[in-house]
Amino acid sequence: MLRIPCPWCGERDETEFRYRGDASKTRPAADAGLAAFTAYVYERDNPLGWHIEWWLHVGGCRRLLKVIRHTFSHEIRAVVGPADQVSLPPQSRR
Amino acid sequence: MPGPFRIAHGLLIDTASAVGFRFDGRQLQGVAGDTLASALLANGQRLVGRSFKYHRPRGIVTAGPEEPCALVDVIGSAGREPNQLATTLPLREGLRAESQNRWPSLAFDVRAINDLLGRFLPAGFYYKSFMAPGWAWERLYEPLIRRAAGLGRLAAIVGEHAAPAETIHDHADVLVVGAGVAGLAAVRRLSVRGLKVMLVEQDVALGGGSLLDARWTAWRESLSAELRDFPAVRILPGTAVLGAYGHGVFGALQILAPAEAARFGGLRERLRIVRAKRVIIATGALERLVAFPANDLPGVMLAGAALAYLRRYGVAAGSRPAFFLNNDEAYEAVFALADVGIKCAGVIDPRNDSLAAERARTRGVEVHGGTVVAGVYGRRGVRGVCLADPSGNPRGRLEADCLLISGGHTPAIALASQLGAPLEWQERIAAFTADLDAGSGCLAGAARGVFGLGAAARDGDTGACAIAADLGHGTDAALQALDFPEDAEVTPLKPLWEVAAPGKAFVDLQNDVTTADVRLACREGYEHLEHMKRFTTHGMATDQGRIGGLVGAAVLAQARGVPLSQVGQLKPRPFAQSIAFAALAGGEVREHFRPKRRLPLHDWHESAGAIFVPTGLWLRPLVYSRRPGWQPVLEEARAVRAGVGITDVSTLGKIDVQGPDAAKFLDFIYANTFSTLAVGRARYGIMLREDGMMFDDGTTSRLGPEHFLVTTTTAGGTAVLEHMEFHLQTVCRELDVLLSDVGDQWAQFAVAGPRAREVVAGVVTGLDLSNEAFPFMAVRAATIAGVAGRIFRISFSGELAYEVAVPAKHALTAWSALLQAGKPSGIRPYGLDALNTLRIEKGHVTSAELNGNTTADDLGLQRMLKKQGDFVGRALAQRAGLVAPGRLQLVGVRPVDRSRRRLRNGSQLLASATARGESLGYVTSSSPSVELEGWVGLALVSGGRQRLGQRLIGASPVHDETTQIEIVSPHMLDPENTRVRA
Repeated sequence: MLRIPCPWCGERDETEFRYRGDASKTRPAADAGLAAFTAYVYERDNPLGWHIEWWLHVGGCRRLLKVIRHTFSHEIRAVVGPADQVSLPPQSRR
Repeated sequence: MPGPFRIAHGLLIDTASAVGFRFDGRQLQGVAGDTLASALLANGQRLVGRSFKYHRPRGIVTAGPEEPCALVDVIGSAGREPNQLATTLPLREGLRAESQNRWPSLAFDVRAINDLLGRFLPAGFYYKSFMAPGWAWERLYEPLIRRAAGLGRLAAIVGEHAAPAETIHDHADVLVVGAGVAGLAAVRRLSVRGLKVMLVEQDVALGGGSLLDARWTAWRESLSAELRDFPAVRILPGTAVLGAYGHGVFGALQILAPAEAARFGGLRERLRIVRAKRVIIATGALERLVAFPANDLPGVMLAGAALAYLRRYGVAAGSRPAFFLNNDEAYEAVFALADVGIKCAGVIDPRNDSLAAERARTRGVEVHGGTVVAGVYGRRGVRGVCLADPSGNPRGRLEADCLLISGGHTPAIALASQLGAPLEWQERIAAFTADLDAGSGCLAGAARGVFGLGAAARDGDTGACAIAADLGHGTDAALQALDFPEDAEVTPLKPLWEVAAPGKAFVDLQNDVTTADVRLACREGYEHLEHMKRFTTHGMATDQGRIGGLVGAAVLAQARGVPLSQVGQLKPRPFAQSIAFAALAGGEVREHFRPKRRLPLHDWHESAGAIFVPTGLWLRPLVYSRRPGWQPVLEEARAVRAGVGITDVSTLGKIDVQGPDAAKFLDFIYANTFSTLAVGRARYGIMLREDGMMFDDGTTSRLGPEHFLVTTTTAGGTAVLEHMEFHLQTVCRELDVLLSDVGDQWAQFAVAGPRAREVVAGVVTGLDLSNEAFPFMAVRAATIAGVAGRIFRISFSGELAYEVAVPAKHALTAWSALLQAGKPSGIRPYGLDALNTLRIEKGHVTSAELNGNTTADDLGLQRMLKKQGDFVGRALAQRAGLVAPGRLQLVGVRPVDRSRRRLRNGSQLLASATARGESLGYVTSSSPSVELEGWVGLALVSGGRQRLGQRLIGASPVHDETTQIEIVSPHMLDPENTRVRA
């Protein structure tokens, strides 16, 4: 079970959060066209390694968090707010 | 001493207190401290069950939770519990146990014929043999196979009969799994360093391997005494870790000792969810079997198990044991049995010589070096052993009543595997080990491949020092070293997995998997270990192949012609041992299974005779009558159409949206526009998902220039808030808006019907309800029966209607006042069924139509999508496939024969009665009508809007019914909307 360190509430079980998907995707501009929106909604990488993703703390502060998690080890490297810029660590399979 | 095979005093038993029990109806006697297995062995009961597939006789193989064969049914006052492990089941007075998987009796089992048919029942046989005809699988083959295979019989021990269990959450700095010497030494070090430690041990006694070695008694006892003085150590014997779930979370099952169970009102089990900063996995190593013909015959037992039965329970595994050992550690059993005067039939050792063999010879034990066991003879138990040299030439026989075997020891690394630790092959011990990353913890002792008690104790201490330092507890208070005996020098083992000889040689005793099955899997192309596992079921039984798993992998490696290090080892997943559903459920059973959301007026509805229906977590009044059938529902609905009714709509989701950019935000969230909405007005709105499908609908009101109240469907409240939060915190980050869930704060009632105005007027002060002052879709703050609330002129029923909202705590005041005011008009409450009847007539949609597969266009709401400006779902809603004319579109349906036929939800709509498999759509909602003749319904029909007036066949094959139906507009009642504006 993931334990996610919420910057507002402290470390909490994943059951308090709702997963909201890949945080590397940004909603295209309104006039970006069908292809851009299709990519935004449907196209996802399935990396073995570091992944940046949205978690909404529904059972706590209701803040949306940007989480950097390793999809194999489940290590959580960083948890920041939606506006914060954060880069992925160098990819590693474990 | 009770039992002919009880020959010595055991560490855990009290021979002075006898315990009576029954096995297969036979009255037997054990002693306090026995397990069922030790008591059976003490009584000479070797045969304890029949095997899963071949119904071969089986005996007790191990002395712990790794047992594959000795599974029994336990019959208690509440029923029959199958698959209880005799090797860990504490004996208690009056225990009734029965052997499994035999008929008519254990000694004579008719299905043992399967054993002779074995060559026709190889692994995977049922995938291949029971293919045709298609119908036969469900009706014939599967029931037969199910009856013949399987283990225990399950009787319902559920509901109020289930033994109570509870769930506890634990926190610790370090979780130490296993109280062998490594674990105990680690706990001592961690405690001295001031860390909060939790020590769990699946055994009832602490000490692990040291319990089997008398030289370690002093060390164990002084350490145990010392640990009792550390306040920050919690020691939980009888607690097995079931799984490692990452991030320091572990699940453990604690079986309460009888005294403690009594203290907690019969509580039997506790599921413990442990959160720890680090873990020390000191789970030891498990002895493994060797695959040779008939290695499953009762009397074939692991050597370490025989040692455990002797040391722990004073029970001898036999009176003339033979041994088949490839490692020095296992010779401990030889010496221990010799010490109590048991005459050894001989030791068979594939190694030509070893230090342990030398020691055995000096004690007069005959050791056959360079020899293997080619088979065992005897029908229901071992009578002797056939010897062979490594190339298979016979080397004679030994008479013996049991064969104690050891193929080496495999570190128990299941928990580390679950944490993703890679396997490392260790040639020295012919087994895999694993290591954790420092942030998780470490393995220690035999679990890390460090064999020998002294070495393991040192390893546990070293591991603990590193972890303490890592946690910032780097220095000791004075810690006096404890003396312990030195390990004897050993000769390394000689890997031996299999003796090739004719006959069934088992690698998985519980699932009856033989070496031949593994080879077959390889020939069939299932070369990967995990594929072989699924083809043969090797390691898939409750024991997870603990004693034979690696042996099966080694046979596969040999068949593939690669080293075992390349094949790997099966990855055991949680749960590490069987766990009852009752223990997983803990206290969350019956009324505690999930929360119930009760309306503020729940008690009133109940006293008014309402039948409640769960919708999500909510309990909503369905109808205010106990009478069956549609009549009471139609009476309620008719009251609304003819006079006035009142219903509780407090379950609707309500989200308060405030801020300078609130209107702008809602324009983005909703597909239609809200910025143009005037203060004091409400508007129906639809939300799409980003993929363009309908998400939710509801009425949103503008209470102030920067203040909106969004209502959602009952089911959608939570999801809509999350959806709004997500967009507000990402794409709309620059907007100044705050969201607040006010769903529980407000009670809301719909007063509907031609006479609604006079009823509401009777309770509202300071508000002119005339059409001019308060038209359809108007919203005002108002005082209702003295309570500050809100009035919305909105309608779901299609009638003149008002929704009255008051703070939830004043619900009864407002409701009672409305009922009082409505008395002259004949007001009556109506439930969800009547609400449904009314909205179907009007053509309003609910979750039956907002089912996640429909678009705005499908529901006839395409015009609501705004042309200007961006909103969630805008781009993808325009995809050709989502506006295609052939899509399922919302229509109304009515039976052509109005008087007789009913409609059924889910009926498929067909062009003709003979159109097989050509469904044009289906009925989503239906009800008898109060306004129109007969039944009315809503349906989703391919190109439905072009079919108005067409006749189709509504087919409900499960009811064996077909009905001719007519497609009509969904707006079956008052399509001009005159009533709501009345």
